Amino acid sequence: MNLFEYQGKRLYQDFSIPTPKSIFVSSISEITDNHGLKYPVVVKAQVQVGGRGKAGGIKVAKDFDELTKFSGEILGMDIKGHIVESLLLEEASDILEEYYISFTLDRSAKSYLMMLSAKGGMDIEEVAEKNPDDLIMLHISPSKGLDSETIIKSIEDAKLNESYKAELSDVISNLYKLFVEGDCDLVEVNPLAITNNGVSALDSKVSLDMNAIYRHENFKDFENEIPIPVSEQFAKEKNLNFIKLEGSVGIIGNGAGLVMSTLDVVSEHGGMAANFLDIGGGAKAETVTAALEVLESEDNVKSVLINIFGGITRCDLVANGIVEATKGKELKWPIIVRLDGTNSKEGLSILEQNTNEKITISSSMDEAAKLAVEGAI
Amino acid sequence: MSIFIDSETKVVVQGLTGEQGKFHALRNRDYGTKVVAGTRPGKGGESVEGIPIFNTVEEAVEATGANTAMTFVPPPFAKDAVLEAAYAGCDLIVCITEGIPAKDEAEMYDLLKEKTSSRLLGPNCPGLISPGKSNVGIMPHEITMEGNVGVVSRSGTLTYQAVLELTNLNIGQSTCIGIGGDPVPGTSFIDVLDAFQNDSQTEAIVMIGEIGGSAEEEAAEFIKKNVTKPVVSYIAGLTAPPGKKMGHAGAIVSGNKGTASAKIEALTDAGANVVENPTRIGQAIKDVV
Repeated sequence: MNLFEYQGKRLYQDFSIPTPKSIFVSSISEITDNHGLKYPVVVKAQVQVGGRGKAGGIKVAKDFDELTKFSGEILGMDIKGHIVESLLLEEASDILEEYYISFTLDRSAKSYLMMLSAKGGMDIEEVAEKNPDDLIMLHISPSKGLDSETIIKSIEDAKLNESYKAELSDVISNLYKLFVEGDCDLVEVNPLAITNNGVSALDSKVSLDMNAIYRHENFKDFENEIPIPVSEQFAKEKNLNFIKLEGSVGIIGNGAGLVMSTLDVVSEHGGMAANFLDIGGGAKAETVTAALEVLESEDNVKSVLINIFGGITRCDLVANGIVEATKGKELKWPIIVRLDGTNSKEGLSILEQNTNEKITISSSMDEAAKLAVEGAI
Repeated sequence: MSIFIDSETKVVVQGLTGEQGKFHALRNRDYGTKVVAGTRPGKGGESVEGIPIFNTVEEAVEATGANTAMTFVPPPFAKDAVLEAAYAGCDLIVCITEGIPAKDEAEMYDLLKEKTSSRLLGPNCPGLISPGKSNVGIMPHEITMEGNVGVVSRSGTLTYQAVLELTNLNIGQSTCIGIGGDPVPGTSFIDVLDAFQNDSQTEAIVMIGEIGGSAEEEAAEFIKKNVTKPVVSYIAGLTAPPGKKMGHAGAIVSGNKGTASAKIEALTDAGANVVENPTRIGQAIKDVV
């Protein structure tokens, strides 16, 4: 889960990583003259999209009049389809130098990766491509971690300002600590700046590993602050992995690979999927009932394809869920069901005993997709 | 021969007393797999349908000679369970558990490599089956048949789809393996491709990938250099909406890799026959065996 800048900076504060003094607001009325920040103050749109500066989402206010004026302009602004709903008001820094640093998991190397460069504040992907020598890439053993000698050597290798070596070393060590202890998929600071107040993380890009939510109380708080599209809210409440798409064939399947593949096969038969909906592994009858409820509230759905290949998921439970959701109901659209794998015989017999004229059972994924596409016309 | 497991494989089930563990362990036993033990701290001495329960894997290994662990332990305890099985001397650990934090997976992988010679399959995988010999995991054995095609996949349910397409055309399988789709899989495509290339029973290989990461591109490079057996491949997600990139760091690490078209191109270039629909896998294999 990707965090907003202000959320990432809260984590920075928790891990003693210096950031400029700031306040977070989500309406103009929250901005009063006694905000306690020194001018100039930077008004920063809180959106999860790159290029907000160029789009006018960042402005520097020299006094209170400008602060309210700019805040009013930026709140509600549409930046590449993202509406600005909140702002971070931050004391401006005198920047002497700008660096880049990130920690992430390198899946190919199966170890952690630190990237460090003296050329921060700009497009780091371009630096990586054109001047790869300016970007230090250091792999870190997940079981051994990152020691201070390695950090010092990286600071020297990246040619960062050596008069700030001790301070930079602390910050890097704390960023790594956040990355590991905080169960982050990504911690990226661009720029990590040398300012008149010392080393300071001027921006934050943090992504959390939601599989670790059980050991972090703050993950839920962060999640609650991130708006999700209305179409995905209901599915989220039901713990379903749902993504709205443009087409008309509603898709329910188990396992991301099979669901993606179902999208591909529907497209091959000339149709377009209305959504991606993965009920996951080991789904119960209630999960399937909830999945059908999610599609009921989607106007663009004209037919539904349920494609289940049971492994840990049991087809009899899926069939019970379908019956539960459709029994005695006049269905808005045809449902094509394909059940294979674990307990599929039991599942099919449950469906045969509870016939509904709008439900068709198909014996193959290909045929089911074809029928669903025809049903959506 | 088959790879990684055979009719002599002896399985200890970690989490045998849980609902999923019990259901699948008994299914595996009914299929003929030697399920010799289960573990559950505090329940040592009890049994589940005749399978003895031990407090630790070490005790189970000592008493029954188990050489393979199958793990259904919930995410918060999965890392310790896998390491316990490895330290107890299991050669193969099949971790079915879904939802383990990436940090736990990375540390677990690192420690296994450094301190043990155990092979981990998964986490978040359906396990593996050598039809007619042994089933260690959650794959529905009804759809498999014994034969000469090796199947490897990142996706669970899509593995089943591929296997069914083969069986429907009367083409049997040597071993079917789901490596799992998590960030740090214990066994990679390359490990499995290497084993299939060296397995006398396997005459052709089906490799199923999906969008994201660069595992398929790395596998393609390996196929080009090392695999002489015919490979049929399918990549799921050609029409899926592009996912969000993980900051600039993610973009730098993955470069142009990750899209379905990049993977298809790399595999085609390596000499694999890449089909655009999983239902064509069977016919494509029939054309080469």
